Amino acid sequence: MGYVAVTGGQEAIEASLQHLSYERLKDGKFIDVQALKATMRGFLDQVMSESSLYSENLAALAMKQSEGNVEEAVFLLRAHRSTLPRLYYSTVTDAREMFVQRRISASFKDIPGGQILGASHDYLHRLLDFSLMEETEADVLAKKSEFEQMEVPEKSSLPLDHLPKVMDYLRNEGLINEFPLNDEEPDDVTKESLTFPSSRSERLQILTRGQTGAINSLGYAGLRGYGSSHPNVGEVRVGYQPIHIALDDDEDEYYIGSIKLTEVESFIPVNVSENGKEVLEFDIGYGACFGQNETKAIAMSILDHALENPENTPIHDEEFVLLQVDTVESTGFISHLKLPHYVTFQSKLEQVRKIKREGVPNE
Amino acid sequence: MFDKPILQIKNLSKQYGKGCLHCQNDGAQLERNFCPVCKTVYACKDISFDLHRGEILGIVGESGSGKSTLMKSLYFDEEVTSGEGYLIDYHEGKENIFSQSGQQLRWIRNTLLGMVYQNPMLGLKMDFSSISNIAEKQIAAGNRNVDNMVSRSYELLDKVNIPVDRSKEPPKNFSGGMQQRVQIAKALSSNPPILLLDEVTTGLDLSVQAAVLDLIKTIQREMQISMIVVSHDLAVIRMLADRTVVMLNGQIIEEGLTDQILEDPNHPYTQQLVYSLL
Amino acid sequence: MNKFPFAFLDEQSKKEIRRAILKGVAIPGYQVPFASREMPIGRGWGTGGLQITLALVGKEDVLKVIDQGSDESVNAVNIKKLVQNTTGVQTTIHTSEATLIQSRHRIPEVPLRSDQILVLQVPEPEPLRRVERSEFKTKQLHAEKEYSGAWLWLFEQIMRYNQTTQGADYPVLVHERYVMNPSPIPRFDNPKINDSDALILFGAGREKKIYAVPPYTKVESLAFDDYPFEIEKFEGKACKVTGLTNVFLDEMTDEVTGETYYVCNDTSFMQEYLEKRGTVNVR
Repeated sequence: MGYVAVTGGQEAIEASLQHLSYERLKDGKFIDVQALKATMRGFLDQVMSESSLYSENLAALAMKQSEGNVEEAVFLLRAHRSTLPRLYYSTVTDAREMFVQRRISASFKDIPGGQILGASHDYLHRLLDFSLMEETEADVLAKKSEFEQMEVPEKSSLPLDHLPKVMDYLRNEGLINEFPLNDEEPDDVTKESLTFPSSRSERLQILTRGQTGAINSLGYAGLRGYGSSHPNVGEVRVGYQPIHIALDDDEDEYYIGSIKLTEVESFIPVNVSENGKEVLEFDIGYGACFGQNETKAIAMSILDHALENPENTPIHDEEFVLLQVDTVESTGFISHLKLPHYVTFQSKLEQVRKIKREGVPNE
Repeated sequence: MFDKPILQIKNLSKQYGKGCLHCQNDGAQLERNFCPVCKTVYACKDISFDLHRGEILGIVGESGSGKSTLMKSLYFDEEVTSGEGYLIDYHEGKENIFSQSGQQLRWIRNTLLGMVYQNPMLGLKMDFSSISNIAEKQIAAGNRNVDNMVSRSYELLDKVNIPVDRSKEPPKNFSGGMQQRVQIAKALSSNPPILLLDEVTTGLDLSVQAAVLDLIKTIQREMQISMIVVSHDLAVIRMLADRTVVMLNGQIIEEGLTDQILEDPNHPYTQQLVYSLL
Repeated sequence: MNKFPFAFLDEQSKKEIRRAILKGVAIPGYQVPFASREMPIGRGWGTGGLQITLALVGKEDVLKVIDQGSDESVNAVNIKKLVQNTTGVQTTIHTSEATLIQSRHRIPEVPLRSDQILVLQVPEPEPLRRVERSEFKTKQLHAEKEYSGAWLWLFEQIMRYNQTTQGADYPVLVHERYVMNPSPIPRFDNPKINDSDALILFGAGREKKIYAVPPYTKVESLAFDDYPFEIEKFEGKACKVTGLTNVFLDEMTDEVTGETYYVCNDTSFMQEYLEKRGTVNVR
């Protein structure tokens, strides 16, 4: 009779799932999780940042399972995150203790410790390298040993795990708006739901786990007339940040490992008055994400500053920005439109027909 | 006019910013109403006046004089920094309206006050039908009878000369003058004793201005409603106001009967204002 | 390597969700914010309802999941499977056998009992969102019991169409205090919330709100005095399979003749009805 399109669901779903599994296997090719972990750095970094779960192993597994679909991979990791008890918060960590791999400033040429370019796509010509088509494991090993025999051209004059910040330079000169240290416990948006007006800690958490594309687009809008922030990138630093925890009844901190982090401080000129005089000073816009996600961290710093200074444009509107950038929320709700809406549609249909039949008076 | 005033405002002040040692000093040097040190704006300073039943009070001043802020404070769109206000129809004028809860302020707004903004976007929902806009205040005041609200709205539309067959169109389809008429009808819909009019004819063509002013005058005569009319335009004040206060840099510098202020201004600023325009 | 906790969520999360539920029961119709967890199904696919179900489900429970009236709809099957895989509880399609019923967009035709809990999935919990975009402001409006916006919305529909055109998710006033979205159930189901024997819980995962209508609470659909609330009417139409008229009907088209006909939307109810009459099982 075929009367209800939504029955027989069980069997249909099973068949669909089997079809999906087959898609991943149908060419008879295989890649192991460790290989993904070793070669898909950019994917892993983006996925770890959006899922706010730092685990290269699980990110690589999610990549494999989702066949490289970012949206799905983030989804898997977020859902997994919900099953994990959270036992500790890390103690405050200072990016001055980061083991720096890359550190650049667009504001000063000469910074203490120098510009450290590290590994970046920024200086690359985006030309397809067809030699990679034929690359073999032997090629990889040969190139690797070649690199490892090269001499390190130049060493930093300062220790890489104690590099001063560019911001400190401006601060010492009194060019940065001073604020007292804020040692309030941050609000945890994964344990308490966001309310408005939001706190800065809530904003930073939501931005850092925001969808990369959404954060970039909104940050870009901020530069294109929808915001009043015109930042100078004071410092982008990428490296390994040591993480410690402290047990409740113990003052000692324990080192639990380090995570790869991108941190951005943008300088944004603002007017302030000092002893009756108008002077220019700098505000800081802050961005930080898991992994090497430099564009996202810069965009985040723009949005951080925009939301600290509410104005009447979308990117200065905390509800607009914070409620739309989460990947699981936006993709979930958009995709739910594919679910059956038969009852709601039937209810609307009944009214549309009634109105058509009865007509609208006075018109 | 020997009755108790229908509205009494005492020492109303509104500032934007926290103030500093410099500007909180009595003899402080301000640039107009603005503290050069901490950037605090003293939009209204120590404003006091009475409004009597059936009277039209004019408030005149240049832009930035604080008259619009005053109006927004009276309609609770802005929270006053300090000061008191008493409405004779609210607890017989014994409770300071500015210290009431949000819920109470809403009730006062919905039942005792009507507001017509310079910018119709502030007063109307541009996408809703005009009749819904007019009914909104009645709904807010607790009316739950559609037919009753519709007939009341038709009455008001008729009063402001908008044809009933256009009542279901949204205000965004209307001209500026018609939008102001819809706002007036909305403001009157809960039958409030006081109507606030903020630069209602600014930006309209001269002939349209005249028609709107005529309408206001007629409504006042027929309904004996009290009004506060804010304008930078002395012609508007001359036509409508029985009594006028002059504002400069957030303060009242002169007040009196409108004729007297226009014929024989006291304060040098008022003189300048009057003579430059006559 | 399936090392997931009982009912998927970790115990701390469940505790927090239960606290939100209790607060919701204590303040009928009030939207309690909670830190909605990410679920293995999509946001917008019933994660709010699912979190409530997972926080409440115990080993003794019997679970029924329906989507748009059907136990077999893809999404219902999916949710049921997830709960079953992580708890091992028994499931049923029979409303009367279930202790816990999660539903999207319908309340079953079989009257619920006081020992049952109905969990409804909510896409948009805020009844004032249509007229006020800002969450900060709508929160204030609820606090001040200022619902003109919801009424104005209905008034505007009457002005335009001479009747309210809100189909599903028709707003209700709960316990004479909070205006609430009942989730996109048809108006047909609104009266079932009033004075219900069963506890009804509402979960909005993406919007991070939980709210509740405790048993025997007064729930009225908003309506002007002279334009009474009306449920969907299927006048002159009956279920082609059972002949029933007092149920919510789905509109169908015969693949061969192209003719329009109607059947019960609540498929398990229809099946029970037929079984009781000894008619052949249609599935």
